[in-house]
Amino acid sequence: MLLRHTTDEVLERTSLTINPAKTCQPVGAMYAALGLHNCLPHSHGSQGCCSYHRSALTKHYKEPVMAATSSFTEGASVFGGQANLLQAITTIFTLYNPDVIAVHTTCLSETIGDDLVQIIAKAVAEGKVPEGKHVIHASTPSYQGSHVTGFSNMAKALVTYFADPEAAKSKQITLMPGWVEPSDMRELKNLAARLGVEVTLYPDTSDVLDTPHTGKHEFYPKGGATVEQIKASGGSLAAIGMGPSASQAALEALQSKCGVPGTLLELPIGLQATDRFIDTLRTLAGVEVPQSITDERGRLLDVISDMHQYLHGKRVAIFGDPDQLVSLVEFLNLLDMKPVYIVTGTPTPQFETRIQTALGGNVPEAKIKAGLQADMYLLHQWIKQESVDLLIGNTYGKYIARDEDIPFIRHGFPILDRVGHSYFPSVGYAGAMRLLEKILGAFMDRQDRDAPEERFELTM
Amino acid sequence: MADILRERERQVYRKGDLQPFQLDCEKQSAAGSVSQRACVFCGSRVVLYPIADALHIVHGPIGCASYTWDIRGALSSGPELHRLSFSTDLQEMDVVQGGEKKLYAGLCELIDAHQPKAAFVYATCIVGVIGDDVEAVCKRVSLEKGIPVLPVHSEGFKGTKKDGYRAACDALLKLVGTGSPEGITPHSINILGDFNLAGETWMIRDYYKRMGVEVVSCITGDGRVDEIRRAHGAALNVVQCSGSMTHLAKQLEEKYGTPFIRVSYFGVEDMSKSLYDVARHFKDKEMMKRTQAMVREELERLMPQLADYKRALTGKRAAIYVGGAFKAFSLVAALRHLGMTTVMVGSQTGNKDDYEQLRELCDEGTIIADDSNPLELSSFLEEKDVDVFIGGVKERPIAYKLGIGFCDHNHERKEALAGFEGMLNFAREVYSSVMSPVWRLTPRRRGSNLEVVK
Ligand code: SF4
Repeated sequence: MLLRHTTDEVLERTSLTINPAKTCQPVGAMYAALGLHNCLPHSHGSQGCCSYHRSALTKHYKEPVMAATSSFTEGASVFGGQANLLQAITTIFTLYNPDVIAVHTTCLSETIGDDLVQIIAKAVAEGKVPEGKHVIHASTPSYQGSHVTGFSNMAKALVTYFADPEAAKSKQITLMPGWVEPSDMRELKNLAARLGVEVTLYPDTSDVLDTPHTGKHEFYPKGGATVEQIKASGGSLAAIGMGPSASQAALEALQSKCGVPGTLLELPIGLQATDRFIDTLRTLAGVEVPQSITDERGRLLDVISDMHQYLHGKRVAIFGDPDQLVSLVEFLNLLDMKPVYIVTGTPTPQFETRIQTALGGNVPEAKIKAGLQADMYLLHQWIKQESVDLLIGNTYGKYIARDEDIPFIRHGFPILDRVGHSYFPSVGYAGAMRLLEKILGAFMDRQDRDAPEERFELTM
Repeated sequence: MADILRERERQVYRKGDLQPFQLDCEKQSAAGSVSQRACVFCGSRVVLYPIADALHIVHGPIGCASYTWDIRGALSSGPELHRLSFSTDLQEMDVVQGGEKKLYAGLCELIDAHQPKAAFVYATCIVGVIGDDVEAVCKRVSLEKGIPVLPVHSEGFKGTKKDGYRAACDALLKLVGTGSPEGITPHSINILGDFNLAGETWMIRDYYKRMGVEVVSCITGDGRVDEIRRAHGAALNVVQCSGSMTHLAKQLEEKYGTPFIRVSYFGVEDMSKSLYDVARHFKDKEMMKRTQAMVREELERLMPQLADYKRALTGKRAAIYVGGAFKAFSLVAALRHLGMTTVMVGSQTGNKDDYEQLRELCDEGTIIADDSNPLELSSFLEEKDVDVFIGGVKERPIAYKLGIGFCDHNHERKEALAGFEGMLNFAREVYSSVMSPVWRLTPRRRGSNLEVVK
């Protein structure tokens, strides 16, 4: 047993994270920056960070992921990384010619106290940034928050650097999707288009991390929101931010900088959260919901009603990123299942309250933990004390699933051992349908596997 | 041809170029390059990781630990403590006040809970900067708990992956010599530089066993602390992956007078030669006979199976981009064995001698590159019309996007590629990727679409 070292007794731990349910800020900033068209993310720190972050994203998406690094040396750690970053800016514009360099910091550059605002200003003053090109930055110290915080910080930087308060007022609505997959971003745009609402979505990694095979390695794939679009979002009629952890900061920045009224929603995962998303979009834009969307919702409801008996009372353990968890828990609750253990490594204010709201008082026994020591070791210990019927989370859950023989559904970041997440959405009614199919499939496969011969059923 | 950053001109060479061969290497990557390189920590972590009954604790913010959780397929036949991820997960307060207390408490908690044979403490980027005295904490815990607690000085910015290997070797050196060498026979070796990826160490161990050689320790594949502690009792150190372990071998020679030889277990020729070299070292006729018989037996089984692959692959072109250059030597030879030519070869961290040796090995026109980047690599692949690219995780999708086959020869590989059996796996992997029908549908093989249709 791989995790034979997990004890079932939960010992008080004061100073350690074991088997983390999170990773560090920069990778989130890198992912968000990839959602900008013709942008090269840049990691201001040691070479290793950049290499790890690129590898992590590559393994999750099976796509090339481009990013540059300041390649810190001993010297930089003593005298600061200004020289490295200035040289990097020159190198990047000469060699890789992006429209934007999106710099994020690392634990090292934060600790030695590099002042990115000043360094970027210096680069501009020295003419290192060609006409029409941009260098932006987000501060992403790895010793605060998690990868989700990094995403949030870079999403906010897109607003603070680009959104234009003077932009012409328009009818379009800005969508901030939060940390979801390219497939989800595509689906959100699709839903808006079907509603007949003009939207700008950013960050937008669709057509960046799910590119078709063309026989070429496109250094900058065709997707990503453009600088122009983000500038213009300053004149949006309204903005919707999805998932407080990943989108609230950017949403508020757009509101205070450009006066665009923002609505903060939970991620539109599951039936009710999607209802709220559609309804908000409909109200803001003053449109009717087309029959095709109503029908899609109806089909989802139909499957739930057909299959509800398979779902009743099933105990679920779930871990991952806070915004995802809140919506998933709400959906599981609607499905009459019992999310009993809920863990995120990301420190999240209000997490417990949000989860309790999503549970609607139906699962008083639920154990909820966020932040320090909220790791998979703890989750495993809980499971050992009283097991569950289903585990939902990223690939790292497979160890627990195997050791405890629990059906397992992959959801979140990273997924290193399956495909599909970048192609099939989990947002919207279609996404909910896919989640439901996976959940049912997991239960029914298990039933087929374990049923004694005489109870092996043909029709389920 | 690729736009090569001016500074990089001297890091790329084409065999047959008029100018004399001189390749700049062992330099820091230019800031701003999309380098495929990793850092010091990465080097240390991959080398020590396979020691399965030790505690590996990453001291720093969470990222470094997350990214290296169960990172390589280094198998263990016993404990699997190494596959868990332990981190002090430093927070802002720790950065201000120092992380020593947390490290101390964490180490104590973990040692009590898991009773490991030793503990490695990896100091990552900010640990030195915030002023933690990791050495002192380790010493204290070691005294209190009675096991070796070894600091690994692996701050990311303090060099390249190679410096990380060195830091790992330094930590290992403190272990070696602390156990009793009693009972070790004269015909004994340590296997250095094999990491038991996909069970490779087990295969190699078995070959030695059949030769009548005692393996005292494997450093670090399927590694055990107690074995490493008595490694100084072995009569010979057999070093593979010279990039990572030569430092250790040299130190052991200096300290204990143990001679070492370099070997490679990859490819038929290199594998056989390695075993013969070991047998020759012991000057034992019987052992040599056993070795010859074993190699013959293995080859008789292998050759007919390889023949089919060779027929299909003859004339195909390969490109190689790997971490250490030593690996590239064997790859060039193995590909040649399959009838293939290597048209581009590069590494993240090769040195002058490595590249000189590569130049001698390769055909005219072969591109040799140090510390390359994705732009360059893609353009080399296109220019040379490559059929298979051999590299690591970040290179794989680039090859596929271009419509080129791929074989993972990095530490995340799933198939054993070492040994005689490994050669067959390698041939099968290269074959299955090069010959995949999917490439017929890609633009690179334009025209052949029609073939598929009719
Ligand atoms: S924790 Fe710090 S050193 Fe480690 S990968 Fe993250 S930013 Fe880099």
